[in-house]
Amino acid sequence: MDTVAADGLLAWSWLLIALPLAGAAVLLLGGRRTDRWGHLLGTGTVVTAFVLGLLCTLQLADAGGRPVSVELWTFIETGSLDVPVGLLFDPLSAVFVLLITGVGALIHIYSIGYMAHDPRRRRFFAYLNLFVAAMLLLVLGDNFVVLYVGWEGVGLASYLLIAFWHERPAAATAAKKAFIMNRVGDVGLALAIFLMFAQLGTVTYDGVFGSVGALAGGTVTAIGLLLLLGACGKSGQFPLQAWLPDAMEGPTPVSALIHAATMVTAGVYLIARSAPIYDETPTARAVVLAVGAITLLIGAIVGCAQDDIKKVLAYSTVSQIGYMFLAVGLGPAGYVAGLAHLLTHGFFKAGLFLGAGSVMHAMNDAVDMRRFGGLASRMRITFVTFGLGYLALIGFPFLSGFYTKDAIIEAAFDRGDGWGYVLGGVAILAAGLTAFYMTRLMLMTFFGRPRWDEGVHPHESPSVMTAPMVLLALGSVLAGYLLVVAFPLEEWLVPVFGRPEAAEHVVAPLVVSALVTVVMLLGVASAWMFVGRREVPVTAPARVSPVVLAARRALYADTVNESLFMRPGQWLTRALVFLDNRGVDGAVNGLAAALGGSSSRLGRTQTGFVRSYALGMLGGAVVVAGALLAVTAG
Amino acid sequence: MTLTHYLVLAAILFTIGAVGVLVRRNAIVVFMCIELMLNSVNLTLVTFARAGGTLDGQVMAFFVMVVAAAEVVVGLAIIMSIYRTRRSASVDDANLLKY
Repeated sequence: MDTVAADGLLAWSWLLIALPLAGAAVLLLGGRRTDRWGHLLGTGTVVTAFVLGLLCTLQLADAGGRPVSVELWTFIETGSLDVPVGLLFDPLSAVFVLLITGVGALIHIYSIGYMAHDPRRRRFFAYLNLFVAAMLLLVLGDNFVVLYVGWEGVGLASYLLIAFWHERPAAATAAKKAFIMNRVGDVGLALAIFLMFAQLGTVTYDGVFGSVGALAGGTVTAIGLLLLLGACGKSGQFPLQAWLPDAMEGPTPVSALIHAATMVTAGVYLIARSAPIYDETPTARAVVLAVGAITLLIGAIVGCAQDDIKKVLAYSTVSQIGYMFLAVGLGPAGYVAGLAHLLTHGFFKAGLFLGAGSVMHAMNDAVDMRRFGGLASRMRITFVTFGLGYLALIGFPFLSGFYTKDAIIEAAFDRGDGWGYVLGGVAILAAGLTAFYMTRLMLMTFFGRPRWDEGVHPHESPSVMTAPMVLLALGSVLAGYLLVVAFPLEEWLVPVFGRPEAAEHVVAPLVVSALVTVVMLLGVASAWMFVGRREVPVTAPARVSPVVLAARRALYADTVNESLFMRPGQWLTRALVFLDNRGVDGAVNGLAAALGGSSSRLGRTQTGFVRSYALGMLGGAVVVAGALLAVTAG
Repeated sequence: MTLTHYLVLAAILFTIGAVGVLVRRNAIVVFMCIELMLNSVNLTLVTFARAGGTLDGQVMAFFVMVVAAAEVVVGLAIIMSIYRTRRSASVDDANLLKY
C-alpha cells in the first residue's frame, strides 16, 4: 500500500474528527447554557463533517483513489517503538466516512424530533457527537493503536447511550452487559496489538501488512484469531452476540446509528482492513467464516420468535452482520460483497429502526408487536418507508438487499468445494428465515385488527422525523443498484484490495438469484400462513414447541453465559473476597491484635506497688549474680 | 576476725535490709532498710579495701555515703509530702502510678 502525502482539502481531513469532537466538548462542558441550541450544534457538526467527507472523497476519486496519509503528531516515541498519530484516507475509509457521517447526519436530524420532549436532549446530542468522532477516528486511523483509541471511544459512547435512560434498571443493566461483553472482545484486540508490538515492532498498517508475511504461521494465526475476537465483541457475533439485542434499551436513534448502521460494523471493517493478515492465515479466515455462518443462522432463528419490534430488528442486525463476516471470511472474493452489504444494510436497517422509533413514538413507547396492528392506514409515511426498508432487507428483486446479499451467497458458492455449498445453503436458509421474521413483523405491526392498549392514539410523526426516514428509504431502494451496477464498489476499492480475479461461477448467478428469491417468497408465504391469516394473540401463546421456546430465549445464550461465566465468576470473586477478608486481612489484623493484646497483658505487671517492683529488681539482680557466678565458676 | 566474718556480717545486714524493704509497709522503715543495705555494701567495700591494702574501696564508701545523704534528703521530702496529702506513710497506699 503506497500512500501519498495529503494536499488540498484532504490535508484538512482531521477536521472530520475534530468537528464532532468539538461539538461534544462544547455541549458537555457548556452545560445547561447550551440546552436551547445544543441539538442544532450537534446536528450541524455532523452535517458539516458529511459535506467535508463528500468533498474529500471527490478529491480522492479525482486522484484515482490513491491512498492519502495525513501525518498529525507522534503519540509514543521510544527506542524500538514509534506510534505516530496519522490518518489514512483511502477508498475503504472513504466509504465508511460517508456512511458514518451521512447516516449519522440523518439520524441526528431525526433525533431532534424524537428527543424533543426529553429534558436531557442536549446530553444526548453530545454523546452522539462523541460517538461520531470516535467512529471516524476508528476508520481513519493509519495504525492499530489509533484504531484502538477509536474502538474504545465508540464503546464508551455506546455504553453512555444505551444507559441514556439510566433511571430504568433494564437500560442500566443492558449498558453494563454491553460494556462488559465488549471488554472481552477488546482484550482480544489489545492482545493482537501487543503481539504486533512484540513480533514486528510496529503497529502502523503499512509496517504490519508489509512484514506480516515473514512471521511464523502460528503467530499470524494468533493475531488473526485475536483480531476476530475483538471484531466479534464489537459486532455482536457468536459467541459474544448476547449484548446487542439488550442494547435496544437505548433510545431508538441510538439503535439505528450505533447498533445497526455503524459501530457494530466496525468488526467487519477491522477484518477487511486486516486483509493482508488474514491472507497469511487460512485457519483464522476459516474461523471468521464459521463465526459468520453460525451467527447469521442464530440471529435469523431467534428473530422469528421475538415479540419486541426492536429485538426483532436487533437479531436481524446480528444475522446480517453474520452475512458480512461470512463474506469477509471468504477472502478476496468476498470483501467487496461484504462491504457492499454493510453499506446497503446501513441504509435499510437505519431506516427500519427509525421507522420502528416512529411507531413507538405513536404508540406511547410500546414495543410489543402483539399490541400493534393496523397501523398502515394511520401512519402512511412510516408504513411506506418501513415497507421499502423491509423489502430491501429481505432481498426483494432489484432493491438493495437483493444485490448485495446475492453477491455474498454467490461468493460462498464460488468457493467451489463442499464447504462452499454448506455456507451458501446456510445463507439461503437464513434468507428465507429473514423473509419470515420480517414479514411477521410487518404483518403484526401494520396489518390486521388494531390491538392497541387503551388510550393509544397513533399519529404520524413530525416531518423532522419522517424526512430522514424518506431519505433512508430512498437509499434502501437505490443503494444496491448504485453500488453494484452503476458505480461498482469493486472498482472503487481496487486500490485497497487489488483487482480480484474473475471468479469462476460454480452455480450460475441467475440460478442463485432465482433460488434466493424463491426461498424468500417461501418465507414470506409461510409468515402469511402462520401470522397473517389468523388473529394475533395479544399475549404470547404459552403452549409452543421447544424450538419456539428456545428461540424466544435467544437459544439460551444468556443461560449459557450465566452458567459458564457469570456464576463461576461470582463464585471466584466471592472466594477471593473471602480469602482477602479472612486470609490476608485476618493475618494482618490478627498480628496487630496479638501485639496489642500481649502488650496490654504485659502492662498489667505495672501494678503501682513499689514493693513488687523492688521484688522484681531483687529477682533480676539475683539472676544476674547467679549468671555471673555460673560463668566464672563454670 | 578474718575477712569472712566481715563479709558474712555484711551479707546478714544486706539480707535484713532487703527483706525489710520487701515486707514492711511503712515508708520510713523501708527507707531505713535501704540505708541498712547501703551500709552493708559500704562494709563490704571497706573490708576489701583493707584486705587489698588499697584506698579504692574506702573512697567508694565515702561516695556511697554522700549519695545516701542526698537520697535521704530527697526521699524524706517525698515521704513528707505524701504523708501530708494522704495522711499515710504506707508504701502500698501510694500506688497511683500504674497501668
